[in-house]
Amino acid sequence: MMITSSEKNPYSAEPMRLIRRYPLNEDVHFFQVRAVNMDKALELQYNPGQFMMVSLPGFGEAPFSISSTPSRPGLLEFGIRRVGRMTNQIFKLKENHIFGVRGPYGNGFPIKKMEGHDLVIIMGGLGAVPLRSLLLYALDNRDRFGKIYLIHGAKNPEEMLFRQEFFHMMNRDDLHCFLTVDQDDTGEWPYDTGMVTRLIPRIKDIDPDNTYVTVCGPPVMYKYVVDEVLQLNVPKHLILMTLERRMKCGVGKCGHCIIGGYVYTCLEGPVFSYWDVIHMQGLI
Amino acid sequence: MKKENLYDFFEAIKDFGTLWGPVKNGEKYSLEKINDYSKIDLTALRTKIPFKKLLLPPKMSMFSFDDKGVKENLDNLPRQVIFGLHPCDTHALMILDNFHTQHQPDPYYIERRKRTAIIQLSCIPDDKCFCKTTNTDHAETGFDVAFTELTDFFIVWIGSSLGDDMIRECPEIIDEHITTDDLEEYINWRKHRESSFKLDMDFSGMPSLMELYWDDELWGELGEKCLSCGSCTVVCPTCPCFNVIDEVNLKNTKGERMRKWDSCMFREYSMVAGGHNFREARADRLKLRFTHKLQAFVGEFGKPACVGCGRCIDICPVDIDIRTVAMRLKGEEVSV
Repeated sequence: MMITSSEKNPYSAEPMRLIRRYPLNEDVHFFQVRAVNMDKALELQYNPGQFMMVSLPGFGEAPFSISSTPSRPGLLEFGIRRVGRMTNQIFKLKENHIFGVRGPYGNGFPIKKMEGHDLVIIMGGLGAVPLRSLLLYALDNRDRFGKIYLIHGAKNPEEMLFRQEFFHMMNRDDLHCFLTVDQDDTGEWPYDTGMVTRLIPRIKDIDPDNTYVTVCGPPVMYKYVVDEVLQLNVPKHLILMTLERRMKCGVGKCGHCIIGGYVYTCLEGPVFSYWDVIHMQGLI
Repeated sequence: MKKENLYDFFEAIKDFGTLWGPVKNGEKYSLEKINDYSKIDLTALRTKIPFKKLLLPPKMSMFSFDDKGVKENLDNLPRQVIFGLHPCDTHALMILDNFHTQHQPDPYYIERRKRTAIIQLSCIPDDKCFCKTTNTDHAETGFDVAFTELTDFFIVWIGSSLGDDMIRECPEIIDEHITTDDLEEYINWRKHRESSFKLDMDFSGMPSLMELYWDDELWGELGEKCLSCGSCTVVCPTCPCFNVIDEVNLKNTKGERMRKWDSCMFREYSMVAGGHNFREARADRLKLRFTHKLQAFVGEFGKPACVGCGRCIDICPVDIDIRTVAMRLKGEEVSV
């Protein structure tokens, strides 16, 4: 059997330095990192929607969506929720700590194809993390996109991720931005209340056949959002959603993220179209 | 090569690596390191755990780490010769080769595979073999050397330049002259082997049937029966799934990143942080396994990932049988 060595071990992580971190809400923190080696930092290319494997020797590895945009090279940003052993450890890390990151993995959004189209971005809860990458990319390259709609929902004002960034976006005149919370106990929330689905009918002047709709949020959100989006007459293959699965390798070997017996989320996902969802059994 | 020369052959190829072969172990057989050639049992049909354990050890270290840094563990891998793979196993090996060299090649498999020589041995099927159904009853490639066992001698097939090197270590015991009597014996052996297959079924059409039966009650019935023990995946020669776990010393100052066999039959397999489980029901996990074996690989590699070795049928404590599942999908009224 003719087998030759691969040049590089795909499971080797690149040392990266934590350069900035702060809370986005109580359980989700923002982590900005940079490859220790500056050339490597600048060489790293990725698509919005892709993810990286973060490695903490002694605690394991886990996949995290990239929240930064490739249009601002050099830095990588993540929004990480404290939810298990590995992420609890990540929350203990201080600035200047060096740890391993490998990737990027997955398909990400087809940004070149999406250029020239209207764009609707619908994010709920932690779904803001990967879609922020796409949003910032589109805004950094504003002239390459048509109309841009952003709908962002959170449980309550305290939970909303990247609040200040989105408050700023409300003032932009090149973007339709809707922010909503399910419940406002503060009485001071200046924007909408209610589910994100209620805001979708406010999208008025898009060209449906020429519009990409992207959705990311908790599993229960997808069905209701897609039902509303279909009312806008956007074709199924232009409705994109990013789906998560358990992953141990990121390179199509460990098997955990397999869907329907044959689709590896880490290779062919995590971005799937609604057409994929209805023709591949078991996707959501 | 005369049968009496088999041990001479093993002796001659000593330098090619540690010899592994099938050894009787209770009522079954296991694939073991051979120090005494007489322990090798040529009648062994299926070893409990297949050869994959030598290419993808059940527990292997990927990296070692301490306060100085991280080091990959790919050095000092042993050279090994595995004797006694049957054609179904050779097909499984080719599936694993394919899988681990595509997309991002896996160095942990590849580095072991490069140091491994394969000697295939012929077989006569028993009632659990269904390699004819999976079209893996003959393997013309994938091995380095293959032996077909006839009454007094082996027909020796050379499948690679490495195999050629091995044979050239012992030219004195290899007879290159094949007589018409030899040929006749071989052809009769083939006929005898053909007639030993009892199951008249093929797996064609499985991908579309799996799709049509996606919501069938069959999966619920199987789920009720299955114990989620994972034995079927452990013994399957084409199941490569693994988990990655860091093991550290008590002081947490050094440790290793370990890769361990995992099973899609286990409840935690598709459970993500936070507790959401994408395949909570046993029926869903069984469906995943059968879809992966019978449907998925057909799309990816043009043939199923089941090679008909019969190991999962042999091991399953509740008698779940991939053949009867396939028969049910083909419309036969059999109980699973």
